[in-house]
Amino acid sequence: MKPRTSPQRRNLTQRFGFIFLRLVAIVAVLPIIAIMIYIIYKGAPAISWEFITGFPSDGMRSGGIWPAIVGTFFLTLLCALIVAPLGIGAAVYLAEYAPDNRWTQLIRIAIINLAGIPSVVYGLFGLGLFVIFLNFGISILAGSLTLAIMTLPVIITTTEEALRAVPQAFRVVSISVGATQWQTVRRIVLPQALPGILTGVILGLERAAGETAPILFTAAVFFLPRLPSSAMDPTMALPYHLYVISTQVPGMSSEIQYGTALVLLIFVLGMNLIATVIRSRARARRQW
Amino acid sequence: MKTKNKIITEHLVLQYSDGTESLKDISLNIPENSISVLFGPAGGGKSTYLRVLNRLNDLANVTKVAGKVQLCSESGDCLDILDPNLDVTSLRRRVGMVFARPVVLPMSIRQNLTYGLEIAGERNRNRLNEAVERSLKQAALWEEVQDRLDDPAVDLSGGQQQRLCIARSLALEPEVLLLDEPTSGLDPISTGKVEASLQELKKSYTIILVPHSVQQAARAADYAAFFLQGELIEYAPGKKIFTNPAVQRTADYVEGRFG
Amino acid sequence: MQIPKFNSESIITAIIKIIGYSAILFVGLIFYFLLSEGLPAIIEVPLSEFLQTRWYPIEDYYGILPLLVGSLVVTIGALIIAVPLGLLTAIYIAEVASRQTKEILKPLVELLGGFPSVVLGFLGLLILSQYLREIMNLPTGLSALTGSLILAGIAIPAIVSISEDALDAVPQSYRDASLALGATEWQTIWWVTLPAAKSGVLTAIMLGIGRAIGETMVVLMVTGNAPMMPTGLDTLFNPTRTMTATIAAEMGEVANGSTHYHVLFFIGIVLFIITLIVNVTASTFVFRRKKRSERILS
Repeated sequence: MKPRTSPQRRNLTQRFGFIFLRLVAIVAVLPIIAIMIYIIYKGAPAISWEFITGFPSDGMRSGGIWPAIVGTFFLTLLCALIVAPLGIGAAVYLAEYAPDNRWTQLIRIAIINLAGIPSVVYGLFGLGLFVIFLNFGISILAGSLTLAIMTLPVIITTTEEALRAVPQAFRVVSISVGATQWQTVRRIVLPQALPGILTGVILGLERAAGETAPILFTAAVFFLPRLPSSAMDPTMALPYHLYVISTQVPGMSSEIQYGTALVLLIFVLGMNLIATVIRSRARARRQW
Repeated sequence: MKTKNKIITEHLVLQYSDGTESLKDISLNIPENSISVLFGPAGGGKSTYLRVLNRLNDLANVTKVAGKVQLCSESGDCLDILDPNLDVTSLRRRVGMVFARPVVLPMSIRQNLTYGLEIAGERNRNRLNEAVERSLKQAALWEEVQDRLDDPAVDLSGGQQQRLCIARSLALEPEVLLLDEPTSGLDPISTGKVEASLQELKKSYTIILVPHSVQQAARAADYAAFFLQGELIEYAPGKKIFTNPAVQRTADYVEGRFG
Repeated sequence: MQIPKFNSESIITAIIKIIGYSAILFVGLIFYFLLSEGLPAIIEVPLSEFLQTRWYPIEDYYGILPLLVGSLVVTIGALIIAVPLGLLTAIYIAEVASRQTKEILKPLVELLGGFPSVVLGFLGLLILSQYLREIMNLPTGLSALTGSLILAGIAIPAIVSISEDALDAVPQSYRDASLALGATEWQTIWWVTLPAAKSGVLTAIMLGIGRAIGETMVVLMVTGNAPMMPTGLDTLFNPTRTMTATIAAEMGEVANGSTHYHVLFFIGIVLFIITLIVNVTASTFVFRRKKRSERILS
């Protein structure tokens, strides 16, 4: 049977097809670079020592964003302390212990569901359980707990992948010289998977640090004249602050807005960068 | 000379859940301080039998195990290996295992050797160092690595890695050493070194070897067992089985008519 | 040698097992608190009331239809942009781009996935909406269209990343076989590789839908927040209000335990169920994301 189209014609289709795909990819990717450059360009002039370390003044229209930076830092840190043991523990169970049965299937479905719940619904849940039912009030603790449950599925999934990437032969050898399962996990599997786990945890926290909706009713407040003194205090937070100064405050200078956006972006993408560095350094050093 | 049996196997039956390799009514006594060779075509049950002896098949999906397997000590006390309540970690210290592919743990040469001891609770530096030296010498590796014990074990050559794996088992001073095609990935020179060290080791250990060829089986065997499709066809002193086997199927396999 | 007995082994195993099951506990807790706070709404507000087209809680009008439709309009708009753009970009990255290009593009797209949505909302508010208002000569740039455009930016990284993984997971032998039969690379992409990666691509699209429908800050900031029932195609250019934005905008101002409070939780239940259906559907396409772990760790 003769081909319905000539080879020349098909090559032409392919050439134009590839050019088209390349254009689409550029259309999809170019805005990302443009956004970054634009925010740096507009926000950099606002960045100064006073801006980073000062309190907002004149109804947010001048001054700095220090309490928001501190707030986001503590929210993220406390979230990490709560979610890391839970997420890593759950991943160890799934990767090393869980039998292949219906219960494990149920856990996996639960994780998929957790990953899909909208962030604002986490906010509702945090309000219902932590703020009202457990009476933590609007506080860093309530916000961090809410963020922790929201990040849990990300951390479980990435950690499990890191654990499964450790060669099975190491486990068999360890068991064969008389190690128990936990000894094998603690002394062989976890250390080998550590860079992958760290990468996953940081990427999860990156999401927690940038989220607004879950802390809207659980932790964040419009303005605080002082820094929070304990985990039971409410706090300002960078993403919420950006939301506030871009929608709720009339006559806001755009310099402060872009400066805040830039600081938030540096905070979040800085975590991304750390994760990338850990990942590539571990890749270079790995012995298997 | 009457030799004592180290391992006594009576009517062992085993089946995997996916129905692959299984053992059919195996009865086999392994004499101590000798090299017993288990040979035969792939899938005949040799590795499965090895993995029963230190209960590594606990990690696989085994649906059915029956019969009796015992590990006997110097004094004549025998341990029921298949006992579900057995402390398997202590069994595995008495019965060491070396795998076909040399798997060194991602740590230094020294740590590879002390890993099993530290797991068992040994903290004494001197005793650990003694074990490192003794096991490396027994595995004929001491000369080559004594100056670089803290280097990563992966930097060793394939042959050295496999001898390190043997040393890692020996560090625990096991009574029995199981070797599952330990030289399958090695060059002839490394293979020669490993085989030579086995001849030394049998003076103090009971060795069970799954060889990677009939020739190796013939070279190494004090006793040889021919496994075919889960059945033990013939078990006899090595000299006899490789020159004058009693069963026709053994003769056919040894002479290369199938395999 | 004396072997120490590891009693701690069983304790640790038990702890790990309990933690392993915690995900089920959390889903249960979330569902329980949504129900306990949201279900009273059905008693306080008759069901027929919910299906009205007027959302005006101050005067006790709790028609959630405009919110539901608002969410749908904005999400569908986002998908119309994000699915072709994301899928074609994934095809380019997986099948056409050189190694170096691939190693620049993929992290860039994933970087966009890491952008806080509030930053994208902020840019939509300050730049995109102004721009759209001027070139289209609209009374306001805060509209469903603006929301869809920014939401597309949020859905694209998810769609690109997962589709690319799926395409990448198609065995090279499929492509080789097709090329050996005389097909061009272009034909191979459309007739062999893409069909083979179908389940992964569908998963990607479903997860993109989940992202878009659940996104809060962007729609809160750029859609103008007017709970209006759509009348025609010009809905796209009018302000609208989604379910997520309604919860975010109003929860801060309601009294705990009031009818309005219960209704907002009830909307949370609706959102929960919608995303549950979307995600369970996505997971039934059974695309194992094995490739991703290899990418992270190799």
